[in-house]
Amino acid sequence: MKNSSENRRQELEKYFDAKGPFALFRVAQMKRAWQQSNRRELTWWENTYIPSLFTGIWLTSKHFFYNFTFHILHLFGLYKNVKAAVTFEYPEKPRPLAARSRTRHRLTKREDGSPRCVACMMCETVCPARCIEITAAEHPDPHIEKYPAEFILDLGKCVYCGFCVEVCPEDAIRMDTGKLDIAEYSRASMIYNKKRLMNE
Amino acid sequence: MPKLTIDGKEIEVPAGTTIIQAADKLGIAIPRYCYHEALPVSGNCRICMVDVEKMAKPQIACYTPVAEGMVVKTTSQKVIDVRKAVLEFLLVNHPLDCPVCDQAGECKLQDYYMDHGKYDSRLDDVKVKKEKKAISLGPTVMLDQERCILCTRCVRFTDNITKTHEFGVFDRGDHSQLDLYPGKELNNNYSGNVVDICPVGALTDKDFRFKCRVWYLSKTNSVCPGCSMGCNITVEWDRSRPHQQKKARVMRLKPRLNPDVNNYWMCDVGRYAYPSIDENRILTPQFKNDLISWEKAIAMIAQAIMPLRNEKRLDKIGVLASAQLTNEDLFVIRKLFKDTLKGAHIDFKMPEQSGKSDDFLLKADRNPNTAGALAILELQDGVTQQVIQKAKEGQIDVLYVFGQDLVKLFGKVTVEQIAKKVKLFIYQGSNINDTCSYAHLNIPSAVYAEKDGTFTNVQKRVQRIRSAFLPLGEAKGDWEILSLLSQTLNTPIVYKNSKEIFKDMSATITSFSDMSYDKIADQGMILK
Repeated sequence: MKNSSENRRQELEKYFDAKGPFALFRVAQMKRAWQQSNRRELTWWENTYIPSLFTGIWLTSKHFFYNFTFHILHLFGLYKNVKAAVTFEYPEKPRPLAARSRTRHRLTKREDGSPRCVACMMCETVCPARCIEITAAEHPDPHIEKYPAEFILDLGKCVYCGFCVEVCPEDAIRMDTGKLDIAEYSRASMIYNKKRLMNE
Repeated sequence: MPKLTIDGKEIEVPAGTTIIQAADKLGIAIPRYCYHEALPVSGNCRICMVDVEKMAKPQIACYTPVAEGMVVKTTSQKVIDVRKAVLEFLLVNHPLDCPVCDQAGECKLQDYYMDHGKYDSRLDDVKVKKEKKAISLGPTVMLDQERCILCTRCVRFTDNITKTHEFGVFDRGDHSQLDLYPGKELNNNYSGNVVDICPVGALTDKDFRFKCRVWYLSKTNSVCPGCSMGCNITVEWDRSRPHQQKKARVMRLKPRLNPDVNNYWMCDVGRYAYPSIDENRILTPQFKNDLISWEKAIAMIAQAIMPLRNEKRLDKIGVLASAQLTNEDLFVIRKLFKDTLKGAHIDFKMPEQSGKSDDFLLKADRNPNTAGALAILELQDGVTQQVIQKAKEGQIDVLYVFGQDLVKLFGKVTVEQIAKKVKLFIYQGSNINDTCSYAHLNIPSAVYAEKDGTFTNVQKRVQRIRSAFLPLGEAKGDWEILSLLSQTLNTPIVYKNSKEIFKDMSATITSFSDMSYDKIADQGMILK
């Protein structure tokens, strides 16, 4: 009399065609993957892939003829309210951004070109990613008092939450450069210093 | 003794006590700017107004003496309205430049505004602007007259505590301003304290200015190692933002209240001595020019001591301990070199030139633990000169120096001779000095802010120091190093922590009996 686990094993081996020392484990793995994918078993006709082939051709053709028709109609000023697919030439032609979208930071300047920042470190304090590092120093003008000797912002760490802009009492940091595509070849070049942040 | 009621709580205090003192005893917080426990009463800020039953107007708590049957209310609507009004007056000409003010975060104006203010400004006129924003008062302190609320705490401090009379309030009405008397400079040894007592950001510390924001700081209770007075301090440090101050961890030292030792004060010599915690440190064990591992360094010392022990020539070991070490370190030195390696020459007293002293806090003896070293090592005659002489003549094989700068004490020539004659010249210390370059083996030890332990001050008061952070580099606490050495010598002296050493010490040494870390707490205990 075979026990139930052996029975089950043989049944699965037949079903999945799995053999060898870890067959049961492999079968269990495959079975789980199968269940998780939530797919039904393919029929013989479906296994030939011929219906899928025609479904694909049909879908592509549908889009092609749809766009083809409506682009020609748009040329004659007809059916303008129906949208047809277009290609954006990003990054050559950037997409328009919403007015409030948060993009790469910049440090605003006073009239004389020095940074408006007074190194109060509110942004450094509030930053949840700890990507801002300010080194404060005494300003030669006693009415300004404090200024940032260095302002380092690590865009590799930044989460673009915009808290720094919100907390700034001097409107010295803004996220309105419209630059979003900050890709670099090294982590080090993702670190922006005061000069880089001020030249936009 | 009059009995009075404050906010429904009854208390009996000696006659002549003021309401604010009675309230402090009860733990009832009354706001204050000009009142300071250690200074004479001035009564000019008016924020401490309280409602006293059967008195028509609110009274200032800092100057109203208690009377029998007095009923005081500190939270009635009348009091709260008065505080709000007083704050509004104090803030009329305050520049509200909190973002650039160093005091922000520990400012009483901010605190009380959040508690009692929160009004919309009714001021139509322009705020009075002073000519200059930052005025240098001397080597340590900066003044901002716009922020000043004229509480005169600093004036009273220089008049009554230091008696140097630098500060004064000049002119009248809204022109009145705090300044130094003409031709004077704030340059006494206690000038840093005016920054501590200033309730607002008018007086700021030049050394701490713009270094970091106060809310970044962590605080550890400790004792100043600057002199034998052992003033109670808090070490204020920040490790989360190493870009500030070139990776330095300690940002400043502040005095901590201990009425028996330093009260609220500390001297500038001690206050600005903290850079040695982070700068110029020995980081790894070093033999001559090679950096070596701890195992190798300890083995090297053991190899030098072992043959002497086998030949019973332990008198060829010279140990120069230091009164800069904690009681725990000294106790382990005693156990290792006095009890285990019996016969070794040991001393800690150096022919030092005594430093400048004054009649207040600063003492001429610049070692924090001379009393402790005397009690623990129990030495009769100083043998330092003898050890040095013997080392020069080649009668000493192993010279173990703890943090003593021999070059400064005995001159270059002597140390050069010693380095040539002695077989192993060990320097165990935290900071690099001239002796390091002559010592054969340099061992890095932790500074006071990195270790737990106790110091015994000039009053023979045993006080706790606490470790704020781990030692820099590969440095270890002095007793840990000696414990490692003792294990390599097969005479293990092993402790889990300094608390255990102290326990052993109180059981062994009579003057420390009945003491424990829990009993010492933050106020200290006197030696028997």
